[in-house]
Amino acid sequence: MANKTDSNVYTVVFAAVMVVVVGSILAFLASALRPNIKENERFEKQQNILYAMGVNENGDDAGSVNFIPTDVVEDEFASYIKEQLVIQGDKITEDNEAYLIDLKKQLAKIKKGEDYKLPVFIGEKDGKKFYIIPMYGKGLWDAIWGFIALDDTMTVQGVYFDHKGETPGLGANIKMRYFMDDFKGETILNGTQYAGIDVAKGNNDPLNNTKDDNEVDALAGATITGNGVSAMIRETVKLYKPYLETIRAK
Amino acid sequence: MALLSKKDTNLITDPLADNNPITIQVLGICSALAITAELKASLVMAISVMFVLGAGNVVISLMRNIIPSKIRIIVQLIVVATLVIIVDQVLKAYAYELSKTLAVFVGLIITNCIIMGRFEAFALANGPWRSFLDGIGNSLGYGVILVIVGFFRELLGSGTLFGYPVFGDPIMKTGLYSTGYENNGFMIIPPAALIVVGIIIWVQRSRNPALVEEN
Repeated sequence: MANKTDSNVYTVVFAAVMVVVVGSILAFLASALRPNIKENERFEKQQNILYAMGVNENGDDAGSVNFIPTDVVEDEFASYIKEQLVIQGDKITEDNEAYLIDLKKQLAKIKKGEDYKLPVFIGEKDGKKFYIIPMYGKGLWDAIWGFIALDDTMTVQGVYFDHKGETPGLGANIKMRYFMDDFKGETILNGTQYAGIDVAKGNNDPLNNTKDDNEVDALAGATITGNGVSAMIRETVKLYKPYLETIRAK
Repeated sequence: MALLSKKDTNLITDPLADNNPITIQVLGICSALAITAELKASLVMAISVMFVLGAGNVVISLMRNIIPSKIRIIVQLIVVATLVIIVDQVLKAYAYELSKTLAVFVGLIITNCIIMGRFEAFALANGPWRSFLDGIGNSLGYGVILVIVGFFRELLGSGTLFGYPVFGDPIMKTGLYSTGYENNGFMIIPPAALIVVGIIIWVQRSRNPALVEEN
């Protein structure tokens, strides 16, 4: 190898040039693609919310997760979601862009003791009302999030989970249908207490026949992700409890 | 003229057998343990690594005469991270669903020691075409082991292959399960991969004693 590449000056110049070149490429790419990515993320959020209330293209077999196609999701979202509410302290206001609220940022505000906004989506399908609530928590490696759809008896009508970086084949399976479908019909109430739903290893109910035990069967090899899901549901229920109290059929 | 000379062909075939990156060079073990609980994840990882290693080897090889030796590892890291991020961003913009599937692999690809290992051992000293072949060959060799491990772990751990039940339904006790067979939960967790890789190494070295290290 040529000697010149060993000199300090060359090394520093090379490093500087490389940083500038790579930085410009990535910055250019990021700003060029941002509108497309933002749009995709918006559609995804709408798809996820609709998925939780059972508006999806899933077949009857317990196969894969199928969303409403992206080209129609905007119209479907507008027709199924009747109201988008923002809870801010005691105030509840309507806001058609409530689904764009980033729950992660709101949770950070809670931690800092600042004012925060909590979105709720009210959907209607076949004359039935769904209260869809966003969730955000942490799994083993990174963030997990999702949506939970409740009716006025606090019975789960559907959930959607997603994750940023859980282990493929283990924790990543929280977004598989066989796991998410187990939550359907479970209640978040324990008596009159708001309990949430635990992802339990010792549940001993793999078919999930018992719907009032606040438990679903855990995933093998994904204990920490499962605990993360339990904690996420518990925290969300705690956070939304005042609102849930107002809609609960007594 | 043949597309590949004999020497070039060896670049592809060697890593599949006697110079396998996982079992002989002991590279890429971490991801081989982490993501082989399912066959599908193994396959996706193998294909992703093939893209990144093929392209990365070419880029590093083209830059090999201008990279300062003192900071070459950092330069390699930047090249691979840049490549992965570019692919990730483009997929997010134009193939969102595919990018969701691959998102979890991005971090695993950047930190995969196979990639840095091949940059360092091969691409820094060879031309772009040969480096490309070396990248493809090594990722194939890596992929073969991943698929073998994934096959056994998914079959014995979950009783499925690519998610399709092979032995029947473990909960309803149909098929093989009606005879009292149970899935082996141990196969789901990473230590099982270590054992499967160990068995592969054992089989390979007993068939070719020349591979056994003296010490």
